[in-house]
Amino acid sequence: MSVLERERRGRRDVIGVGVALLNRLAKSRTIDRLGWRRQTERVVFEATKSGFRTAGALSRSFSAASKLTKPARLPAARGSGRFDLTPTEDQQTVVEVVREFAAEVLRPAAPAADTACTTEPKVLTASAELGLSLIEIPEELGGFVTERSAMTGVLVAEALSHGDMGQAVACLAPAAVSTAISLWGDETQQATYLPAFTGDSAPPAAALAILEPRPLFDPFELQTRVTNGKLTGVKSLVPRGAEAELFVIAAQLDDQGPALFLVESGHPGITIEAEPSMGLRAASLSRVILDDVPAVQLGTLADYADCVRLSRLGWCALALGTAQAVLDYVTPYVNERTAFGEPISHRQSVAFMVANIAIELEGMRLVTYRAGSRAEQGLPFAREVALARKLCADRGMQIGTDGVQLLGGHGYVKEHPVERWYRDLRAIGVMEGAVLL
Amino acid sequence: MINLETPRKFRAFVNQAHQVAAEMLRPNSRRYDQAEHEYPVELDMLAAMVDGLGASGTGSGAGASGVRRAEGAEDAGVKNGSNLSSVLSIMEMSWGDVGLLLSMPRQGLGNSAIASVASDEQLRRFDGVWAAMAITEPGCGSDSANIRTTARRDGDDYLINGEKIFVTAGGRCDAVVVWATLDKTLGRAAIKSFVVPKDTPGLTVERLEHKLGIRSSDTATIRFEDCRVPAANLLGSPEIDTGKGFAGVMQTFDNTRPLVAAMAVGVARAALELTRDLLAEAGITPDYDRPTHRQPAAAATYLDLESDWEAAHLLTLQAAWLADNSRPNSLQASIAKAKAGRTANHITLRCVELTGTLGYSEHHLLEKWSRDSKILDIFEGTQQIQQLIVARRLLGKTSAELK
Repeated sequence: MSVLERERRGRRDVIGVGVALLNRLAKSRTIDRLGWRRQTERVVFEATKSGFRTAGALSRSFSAASKLTKPARLPAARGSGRFDLTPTEDQQTVVEVVREFAAEVLRPAAPAADTACTTEPKVLTASAELGLSLIEIPEELGGFVTERSAMTGVLVAEALSHGDMGQAVACLAPAAVSTAISLWGDETQQATYLPAFTGDSAPPAAALAILEPRPLFDPFELQTRVTNGKLTGVKSLVPRGAEAELFVIAAQLDDQGPALFLVESGHPGITIEAEPSMGLRAASLSRVILDDVPAVQLGTLADYADCVRLSRLGWCALALGTAQAVLDYVTPYVNERTAFGEPISHRQSVAFMVANIAIELEGMRLVTYRAGSRAEQGLPFAREVALARKLCADRGMQIGTDGVQLLGGHGYVKEHPVERWYRDLRAIGVMEGAVLL
Repeated sequence: MINLETPRKFRAFVNQAHQVAAEMLRPNSRRYDQAEHEYPVELDMLAAMVDGLGASGTGSGAGASGVRRAEGAEDAGVKNGSNLSSVLSIMEMSWGDVGLLLSMPRQGLGNSAIASVASDEQLRRFDGVWAAMAITEPGCGSDSANIRTTARRDGDDYLINGEKIFVTAGGRCDAVVVWATLDKTLGRAAIKSFVVPKDTPGLTVERLEHKLGIRSSDTATIRFEDCRVPAANLLGSPEIDTGKGFAGVMQTFDNTRPLVAAMAVGVARAALELTRDLLAEAGITPDYDRPTHRQPAAAATYLDLESDWEAAHLLTLQAAWLADNSRPNSLQASIAKAKAGRTANHITLRCVELTGTLGYSEHHLLEKWSRDSKILDIFEGTQQIQQLIVARRLLGKTSAELK
């Protein structure tokens, strides 16, 4: 639907947004679910070997078709003033469908995606059909929403990650770029890039790149630089970097400070290297090397700090889902596994470990929810995100390692998913960028 | 809609509680820590003020009696009620001084027990009574199913015999809520709680403890010898329902554990705030945006402590919010108590370490808060008991299976 058509039909009200979401989701239900369950033929994936290098993957030209006179901006969500832990009906609907997708598609596909270092195209297509990248885009630009919805983003990322964190990151990577453009792009940038993400076909691969490969990395002290509109530097752990057609890249702007820049991947100064890592392997992590590449600034220096925070919020949400997966997995395991003539869960040392997973996870969840809820209500949220990140990095990793410990030797081998969750949960304290709510 | 901010309608009330804590509790904090067992006379005036606060509308029912759950009031929408306002006010008061809060007339844990399970008639009869809670005995602490104090039916009365220790406010209160068994052979189901007025013949306060912390709060040993109480003072059902087991008396804990968690959250916040100021004077200011590994170790430690505090705070609000909305909260109450208890103890001790001699000496209250916080991980169920409860719930285990 074009922008004009939308304007003719009037703005969506709250119910309209819900119906639009449902319509989108209804389409996804036509996916032949049995087809997902069936063991699919093993596809040969080539993008996995280290040392693999390629040029950028731009295969389309982005151009502004029709643009608004000023950029569309989502207003903050209006709070009720009540303490409340109940998701809205829209959120419940979305989360229910995403949970099903995570359970029936992501979880069964996780071991193969982990091994192959890639997420299958049909998984990516299905996630696009769910409209994941539209949750943060204003409806006048073809998205779903009429106000900020970072909290919905938290719930969706959490639900996806319960299936598999690596594939969740692969699915959410393009949304990080479309969300950044929708939040901070000017009217030309919005008109140029967003239609590709809101159209009926799958959105282009795209990635938000902040990390750089060095110890003690700080997103507010970048070595990647932009001088005279040209960007040079190395970005690390970029999801689906080899396929990405569009990057949002964090770089130091002259002597002013760090900011975001839009970079189309077709330029010869861009080289992509595979960067397979401890975990998140399904996200096809890559190093992106940029040498004197044309770059256009996206948003202001102040926007950049918000970008770092909203990205960290995303990683916290991902930690919640995977940590919950650990808890859900070890609970029946310790009840069924017997030693010395009774279930190992009859031992306090085992049972208390499970209890502590639940206690810390619930704390992580509420702190993350508070950060997400403040973000969407337009309240300051730097403090809350920082505290959520600290908890999710530390306690999340503890949950990951306890998950393996509770299964003992069986936790260490790939017959069980806990070793993958252990590797994925280590990412929370490392990652910046890549996802954005 | 998910929102974890302090409810708008409670903000003025929370601010009032904070003013009281800052202007009355804090200034008297050190004095009654040093003068253990001396009655804090300031509290009488304060208690009148708290009663006034409770009656002032927005904060209605806040305090110990705020845990009573409304019955049948199934009006649509999410409620922010007296459970939430109670934990919010207790957080503020404990920020002032948790020992003095525990000595607040008419705000005893026994009052919460009465509010939780009393009939309407009993509620009216015990209105205005300051009630302490007596569970622990010399031979049983966490193992409260194993209590020895007996209640024997005698006509229209019960005769209570036994000894209770660690009764908070046991010296100063007007009445004691006593756990006693109707029949030792019938186990948990036979344990009932009784309101025993302090002037009942046969009730003697044997001694007051000298403690590590919360020294302004009196902790008593109470002996019961053929204490005669009317049958109408039994809280809950007099029937011994072995199917229901412990549920009757244990229900109180679902309501009181969030209150103790709130105390822990309040004490920990006091320590964090002072430590932040002292660190700032030393040139250390934590930065929420920079990675912690690029900040001084003290700043990184502070952020670590603050993140645990934030979790404890929100878990406590969650447990109270569930109660306000008539939803089961046993699991969340124990989770909140476990997290808040251990977090407050950890935070206060670390704050002393971070602030060096300023924290360890009696110049500031940090050393006192470190002593006060320890009890919060012990009473109303120790850390280990909370973990047992959480584990049993998650794993579907009985107390016989998971001991």
